[in-house]
Amino acid sequence: MIPAEFDYVAPETLDEAIRALADGGEDAKLLAGGHSLLPLMKLRLAAPALLVDLRRVPDLAGVRANGDIRIGAMTTHSALVRANAGLASVAAATIADQQVRNRGTIGGSLAHGDPASDLPAVVLAAEGTIVARGPGGEREIAAAEFFRDYLETTLAPDEIITEIRMPGTEGWSFGYEKFNRRREDWAMVAVCALVRIESGACADARIGLTHMGSTPLRATAAEAALRGQPLEAGAIAAAAEQAAEGTSPPADLNASADYKRHLARVLCRRALERAAG
Amino acid sequence: MSGNGNGSRYVGQRLRRKEDPPLITGKGVYTDDMTLPGMLYAAFVRSPESHARITSIETSAAAARDGIHAVLTAEDLDLAAGMPMAWVPPGVEINTPEHWPLARGEVKHVGQAVGVVLGEDKYAVVDATEDVVVEYDPLPVVVDPEAALEDGSPLVHEQFGTNRTHQWGLGSEDMDVAWQEADIVIERRIVNHRVHGAPIEPRACLAEYRAGYLTLWSTTQIPHLTRSFLAGSMQMSEDRIRVVAPDVGGAFGTKLNHYPEEAVACAAARRLGRPVKWTETRSEHMTTTTHGRDQIDRVKMGLKRDGTITGLHIDVLADLGAYYQLLTPIIPCFTAFVASGCYKIPRVRTDITGVFTNKFPTDATRGAGRPEATHVVEVMVEQAAAEIGIAPVDIRRKNFIPKEDFPAEVAVGVVYDSGDYHGTLDKLLEKIDFDELERERSELRERGIYRGIGYSTYMEICGLAPSRIVGPHGVGIQGGFWESAIVRVHPSGSVTVFTGTSPHGQGLDTSMAQIAADRPGTTPDVVEVIHGDTNTGPYGMGTYGSRSLAVGGESVARAAEKVQDKAKRIVAHMLEAAPEDIEVAGGKFTVRGSPDKGMTLAEVSGAAYIPENLPDGMEPGLEETTLYDPEHPAGSTSCATSLSTTAGRRSTPC
Ligand SMILES: Cc1cc2nc3c(=O)[nH]c(=O)nc-3n(C[C@H](O)[C@H](O)[C@H](O)COP(=O)(O)OP(=O)(O)OC[C@H]3O[C@@H](n4cnc5c(N)ncnc54)[C@H](O)[C@@H]3O)c2cc1C
Repeated sequence: MIPAEFDYVAPETLDEAIRALADGGEDAKLLAGGHSLLPLMKLRLAAPALLVDLRRVPDLAGVRANGDIRIGAMTTHSALVRANAGLASVAAATIADQQVRNRGTIGGSLAHGDPASDLPAVVLAAEGTIVARGPGGEREIAAAEFFRDYLETTLAPDEIITEIRMPGTEGWSFGYEKFNRRREDWAMVAVCALVRIESGACADARIGLTHMGSTPLRATAAEAALRGQPLEAGAIAAAAEQAAEGTSPPADLNASADYKRHLARVLCRRALERAAG
Repeated sequence: MSGNGNGSRYVGQRLRRKEDPPLITGKGVYTDDMTLPGMLYAAFVRSPESHARITSIETSAAAARDGIHAVLTAEDLDLAAGMPMAWVPPGVEINTPEHWPLARGEVKHVGQAVGVVLGEDKYAVVDATEDVVVEYDPLPVVVDPEAALEDGSPLVHEQFGTNRTHQWGLGSEDMDVAWQEADIVIERRIVNHRVHGAPIEPRACLAEYRAGYLTLWSTTQIPHLTRSFLAGSMQMSEDRIRVVAPDVGGAFGTKLNHYPEEAVACAAARRLGRPVKWTETRSEHMTTTTHGRDQIDRVKMGLKRDGTITGLHIDVLADLGAYYQLLTPIIPCFTAFVASGCYKIPRVRTDITGVFTNKFPTDATRGAGRPEATHVVEVMVEQAAAEIGIAPVDIRRKNFIPKEDFPAEVAVGVVYDSGDYHGTLDKLLEKIDFDELERERSELRERGIYRGIGYSTYMEICGLAPSRIVGPHGVGIQGGFWESAIVRVHPSGSVTVFTGTSPHGQGLDTSMAQIAADRPGTTPDVVEVIHGDTNTGPYGMGTYGSRSLAVGGESVARAAEKVQDKAKRIVAHMLEAAPEDIEVAGGKFTVRGSPDKGMTLAEVSGAAYIPENLPDGMEPGLEETTLYDPEHPAGSTSCATSLSTTAGRRSTPC
C-alpha cells in the first residue's frame, strides 16, 4: 500500500505535458484521476519513475453535445453523469461509488484499457473516436482500432488523449445493463445497446459487450440478427440469444465463462428491451 | 444494578457518546498518530510462498540503502519465547508448533514475516524490503482441510507426522439412542468459510526501550496480557514494562492477540536503542491479521415425524492454519458450548478435529465459534422443517426450551440461566408480516425475481466466565476471567474510573461513566473513564467476547457501590444520622425524611480528603477497587430473532 518512489510534475499546458511525458521516456506515466493507476502503484504492480499530472492542463474537461458528442479526456465520471449525454452518462453513473466517480476520468478509463470498465464498450458501440496528441501532432483513432488487448491500447506511450468523440444519437435509443455482485463493483458483464428505429423496425443496431474478452467487444451476430426485424419481444429474444457468439470470456473469481455468456444473452435482451422502450 | 434502592438516573438513558467529539473531529490519538524522537519505521519482508524452506537471506543490499538503519532476521532477535498460545486443555493432546515472530528455517503461510527493515523514512523502509533477497526452496502445500487429513498429504509440520492438531469433544455419550428414537435422520455437510474481521484501523505498534524500561503502544484489545507475554519473551520484570492501547479503531476480535510484529518492534527497539514504529497496510492486514471461522461441519439431526428433535451431532473440521495464535485451537470449542441453540434437545454432541494447513491462523473473530454453531443449528432446523413438511416457525416452537424450564441445563452440560424464546419469536411475528412477505414472494417469482425469506434464533454465551470453569483446570485457558475497576472520587467531587477492559470504539467511556455516576449521585460528564494503560489502572483482562460491559461494567458498578457506602457513612457521621437512613437522590446524599439536610458528592469527598471529622477508624480518601469474577458460566444468555430478506435484485437472471 506504499508505492515505490516517483517524481511528479503538474504542467500547465498541453505542450508542456507532452514534452514532460516525452522527456520522461519509458518510465513516465500520465496521471488523471489516479483511480486505476494509484492502486496499481500501491500494490507495486506499477512503478513509474515520473508522474505527469494532467489536472492543471486547461480545456481538457467538459462535455459538448452539439450534433456529435465531444467529451474532454479529463471529464470526470460524475461530470459526465451531470451532462446528461445519453448512453455514456447512463453508463458512467454505474461506475463504482461517488468518490470514484468524482476522481476517475473518461480519458483514464479508455487509456487504461480494462475490459471490465464501463466506458470502453460504450465508446466502441457508439463508433466513437479517440483524439490523441503527441510530439508528432494530433490523430483521431477509431474506437474499433483503439483497444488491443487486456490493459493494452494502440495509444503511443508519448500520446495524450485530449477528447472522445461520438456521433450524435438523434433517432437512436439505447439501453445499458450491468450485472455485478454489489452496486459499486466492476461489471461481471455489461451490455450496451443502441438501436435506430424506423417505422417500428430496427434500422440499425450497435451492441457493446463489457468484460466478455480481453478488450471490449461488439456483439456483431446479435446486431445482424436484429437489423430489419420488428422491435418486438420475439425478435429481441432471438437476437439476444446470439449476444455471446464468437466470444471466449475469461473466467474469474465471480463468474465462469459459461455464466458470463449466459449473462451476456440475458443482459443483451434486457438492454434491447429497454432501447425498444 | 440499582444501588441500594437509590434509583438509577443515568443507566438506561440514551446519551451522546462522550468519546466521540475527539474521534470524529480528527483529534483522537491512534498508535499511528504518535511519533517519538529518533523513531525508526519498520517494514516487514514477507513470504510470497505458502510453504518453503528458506535457503538464504541476503540483507546487505537493503542495509546499504540510504536511511536504512538495520535489517534484522530471526537470529538477531533476543527473545526467550515465541508467540503465546493460551490453551492447555487438561487430558487433551494437542500438537503445538513453535511460532517465532520471524521465520526460522521455513515459512508455512503467505505473508509470514522473515525479516524486518528499520529506517528513518517510512517509504524508504518499504522500498528496501524489495532489496532483501530471500531464496526459497518450495515445499508441497496443502490448503484444503479435508485433503490435509488424507494419507500422503503434505505435512505443514513434519515433526508431528500428521496435520491433525487435536481432537476434542463435548456433550452426550449415547448419540445412538438419539438416532434410534428418531423417525428420520438428516445429514448435511455445512461449510462455514474463512472470514476476516477487517476493522477500520489496521494494526500498528510503537515500542520504546529506554534505561531498562519498555513501553509499547499498540492497537490491542489486551494490553495487560500483552505486558505479561512481553515479560516472558523479553525476559523483563513485568513492572518495567508498560503497554498502552491508545484510541483503537475497532477490532472484531482480530486484536485479541499478541502478534509477531509487537514482539519484533520491542526486540528491535531494545537492540537498536531507538523507538520503532510499525503500521500495517490493508494488504498485510488481510493476509496476516486473524482470520476466522473456516469450519466444515458434518451434521446429523434426528427427529420425530412431528418435528421433535431427538438428537444433534456436529462433527467439526476446523482449519486452524499453519500456526497457533493466542486462542486458535480453542475457538471451535465455543461452537460446542452453544450447539444446542435455543432448543431442548435430549442428546447433543460436538466432536472437533483441528487441522493444520498452509494458511494464516484462524482465531477469535466476530463471535469466535458461536455464530458457527448458530449457523449449523438454524440451517438444520430449516432443513428438517422442509424435509418433514412443517412450517419453520412450528418446528422452532416445538423444540424451544420453554420459559418454565429455566434455569435449564442443556445436553451440552451448560446451564442457561434465563430465557423466553417463545416470547421473542412472538415479538418477531408481531413486527414482521410473514404472510405479506410470502405473497410478495409469489408475485415477484412470476416476474422472474427470486426472493428468500429467512429468520434465525440464537443463543450465545457472552462474557466468558467464571475463572474456575474456563481457567486452567476447567476448559483449560491459562488465565483468569474476572475484571477490575477503580472508582476514584477526587477532592472536587469529579470522578475517574479505571477499567481493566480496553474499549476500542464500543462506547464504553460513556456507559461506564453512566454506571459510575449513578451510585455516588453525580453526572456522567464529570466521570472520566481511563482504560488501556497498564501503568494507570489495575491488571485487567481486556475487551473481547461481549464481556466488557457484562463483566467490566459490573466491576465498575461494584466499585461505585463501595464508594457510595463509604460516602454514606461519612454523611451519616457528619449529619448525625444512621448510614441506613442516607439516600442518594437528585445529586445529593440526604437523610431520609429530611430532604433539606444533605451533602453533595464534592462536600463528601472534601471531608474524605481533609479528614478532620471522619468516623472512627475510617481511612481518608474516596476511592475503591473491585476485581469481579462472575459466578455464572453464561455471564449473560440471550435470544434474539432477526429477519433478513434477500431481494434477489438480479441475482438469478433468466
Ligand atoms: C474502487 C474502484 C471501483 C471502480 N469501479 C469501476 C467500475 O465499476 N467501472 C469502471 O469503469 N471503472 C471503475 N473503476 C475505475 C475508475 O473508473 C478509474 O478512475 C478509471 O478507470 C481510470 O480513470 P482515472 O482518471 O482514474 O485514470 P488514472 O488512474 O489516472 O490513469 C489510468 C491510466 O490511464 C492513463 N491516462 C490517464 N489519462 C490519460 C490521458 N488523458 N491520455 C492518455 N493516458 C491517460 C494513465 O497514465 C494510466 O495508465 C473503479 C476504480 C476504483 C478505485
